[in-house]
Amino acid sequence: MGLIQLGGHDKDGSPDVITLTVEKAVNWARKGSLWPMTFGLACCAIEMIAAVSSRYDMDRYGAGVFRASPRQSDLMIVAGTVCRRMAPVIRKIYDQMPEPKYVIAMGSCATSGNIYDSYSVVQGVDRFVPVDIYVPGCPPTPEALFDGILKLQERIMQKRVFLSQPQEVKDALKV
Amino acid sequence: MSELATRIEDTFPGACTKVVEWRGDLAVTVKPESLRDVARFLRDDPALRFDYIVHVSSVDWPDDEDRFEVVYEVYSIRTRQRIRLKTRVPESDCIVDSLTEIWKGADFMEREVYDMMGIRFRNHPDLRRILMPDEYDEGYPLRKDFPLRGKGWRDTFEFLDEPTR
Repeated sequence: MGLIQLGGHDKDGSPDVITLTVEKAVNWARKGSLWPMTFGLACCAIEMIAAVSSRYDMDRYGAGVFRASPRQSDLMIVAGTVCRRMAPVIRKIYDQMPEPKYVIAMGSCATSGNIYDSYSVVQGVDRFVPVDIYVPGCPPTPEALFDGILKLQERIMQKRVFLSQPQEVKDALKV
Repeated sequence: MSELATRIEDTFPGACTKVVEWRGDLAVTVKPESLRDVARFLRDDPALRFDYIVHVSSVDWPDDEDRFEVVYEVYSIRTRQRIRLKTRVPESDCIVDSLTEIWKGADFMEREVYDMMGIRFRNHPDLRRILMPDEYDEGYPLRKDFPLRGKGWRDTFEFLDEPTR
């Protein structure tokens, strides 16, 4: 964030001042209030559930309010093996999410298909939805998912909100 | 040989092609034309009462003349016995009598066998694919000559306007 000028308000009553760009303020608000959507497809979902539970408490990162509707969420955590028959459903749900929206591919299956090199398993969700963060593991621990969420938050802080970015940056960030 | 196998052979002479009992599991292979009669006998005979269909599956033996094998596993809740009923059909005529009129529970499992192995069931009430989409046209994925990675369906996303990458 920007400069923090501490006023000595205890002594003279002048207010504390924070200087930052509007863009950073917007990004900060966005990253601190991620509303994930429940998208558990396989065993990774169990780790995702564990990550929200009291022992790990994903709410500490502002990402604990899981919604069952794409219209109320801005982060899709694809947790599990993606079958080809499920693909149009995932794409439709992704399209229904309001902007700005982010996708985490949780686990080897959502990232690359894992060992399931078969006729029915999609070799990574990035074939049909843009993925921001890949979390490796089979399944990843809640800590690994948190690392992915923290990395996503770093990434959200880098996004330009009011200016258009050069095409190569857009491509890299998939905005 | 078990009492049950003898009863089936006595009731349907010449119907059984193979009877195997291994570690208490009885498996009887019958000719496809007598499958329905044997199944009805197993369900209706007061001493047997095989009233519960556990599973329907299929096996592909690519080197055999009768390439496909349909396996029915049935259980009698009353007498606590199990039997595995098998039948063999060649690839040129892979159609078996449906047992849905005897055991209603066979419906979805026979559809799965049709979907995965391409074995058709005569007089099945609703023989459609069940796991794969209706419009899937690459064949039957569990056959031994089907390529492991399919024929491109898993990598084509017709719902996308443009490929993601």
